[in-house]
Amino acid sequence: MALKHLPLKKSPWIFHLSTGSCNNCDIELLDCLTPRFDVERFGILLVGSVRHADALLVTGALTRQCVPRLKECYEQMPKPGLVIAIGNCACSSCIFRDSYNIVGPIDKFVPVDVYIPGCPPKPEAMISGIVKALGKL
Amino acid sequence: METIVYPLFYFIVFPGFLFTSIIGLLASWVDRKVTARVQWRVGPPWYQPFADVFKLLGKETIVPAGPRATLFLTAPLIGLIGVTLVSTIVWMVNLNRGGGFLGDLIVVLYLFTLPSLAVIIGGSASKNPLGALGASREMKLILGYELPFLIAVFTVVLKIGSVLFEDILSYQEFNGIMLRHPSGIIAFAVAIICAQAKMTLVPFDIPEAEQEIMAGPYIEYSGAPLAVMKLTRAMMLFTVPVFLISVFWGGFSFDGWNILWSILKYVALLVIAVLIRNTNPRLRIDQAVRFLWGPVTVVAIIGMVLAVIGY
Repeated sequence: MALKHLPLKKSPWIFHLSTGSCNNCDIELLDCLTPRFDVERFGILLVGSVRHADALLVTGALTRQCVPRLKECYEQMPKPGLVIAIGNCACSSCIFRDSYNIVGPIDKFVPVDVYIPGCPPKPEAMISGIVKALGKL
Repeated sequence: METIVYPLFYFIVFPGFLFTSIIGLLASWVDRKVTARVQWRVGPPWYQPFADVFKLLGKETIVPAGPRATLFLTAPLIGLIGVTLVSTIVWMVNLNRGGGFLGDLIVVLYLFTLPSLAVIIGGSASKNPLGALGASREMKLILGYELPFLIAVFTVVLKIGSVLFEDILSYQEFNGIMLRHPSGIIAFAVAIICAQAKMTLVPFDIPEAEQEIMAGPYIEYSGAPLAVMKLTRAMMLFTVPVFLISVFWGGFSFDGWNILWSILKYVALLVIAVLIRNTNPRLRIDQAVRFLWGPVTVVAIIGMVLAVIGY
């Protein structure tokens, strides 16, 4: 089992899914790919199709419209795969908790492996979160 | 017994699958590392492409509900077989001058289209609009680059007067490389541009434009079939420059210091491809076809005429 997961730890490809976020976490997420942080050092690549992904990075406070999309994306991700919640909204719905169109944090619907709080979390925090998620494998 | 075991060994282990895939994956690491350095990044470690492929082999394979599963799953294998056969034939002639057969150059040119054909089949079979779009773009791109590429290769054939690979290699051994002639230089430049399209690197990576159509034909692939697709692309990164060096630049020889010179030739061609990839924007498909059928074909025909006159 560990041998099977060894290459996975060395090349986690991430798919970025926004479920109604204010775009701040998404911008910070893209910062990780810039020359300053360069996550390709660890083999992390941003892929365009969820079928290529090993980790689903979810941002945003999960609106009612996004629930079926989130479930579908989770089912389309080939296993073994991780789900990482990025930002306060994705972790706990934060200040949007009582809003009429928000159905709750994403761990109500899909199993979340790692929570990265922050509004928005720093790129360093995201890299550290992904490393911790890979350590769980 | 020997008639079965030796060809299988050639095909699977030495000049064929295993050798080509290992060197091809290392080449794709060079590609990523040089790209990273050009963008002022650090870049991935050397084992990165190996980790990618082994990871994909270990992952779940999802076959979407729509497509016909057999066609969808065999398409990557067609491309892999094509590129492996090309590599085997080219290396057999390079290593041992008697290893060719009549018309092997034409067979190689045909087999070179198999990886692109596999991408078209896979993309259309995936029943995804973006996949179909990528497949149609790949089709137009083949129409675009195949014409100047064939003209460039047949410039050499006209110059030498033979479609045998070993004749081309031995001619260059005794009379100097094709790059000494003006027609050879023109044909080589055209072939480099077409090779960029053949390897679907950046000015011509229109079929799998990551930012606009999300990897195009590969979009529905996951797990092992995706690994095979990635491996095919990595092997193309090795096979296409090897083919160009064999036709235009005197081929490979492995006695004494020539080993170093052979490796240097290959790495030089690879780095040229990577630098073209990093310093150009992606073309639109109509611009690409207009470019390949317009200036590139005209220049290729000029080279051919020069070869006929005797330059």
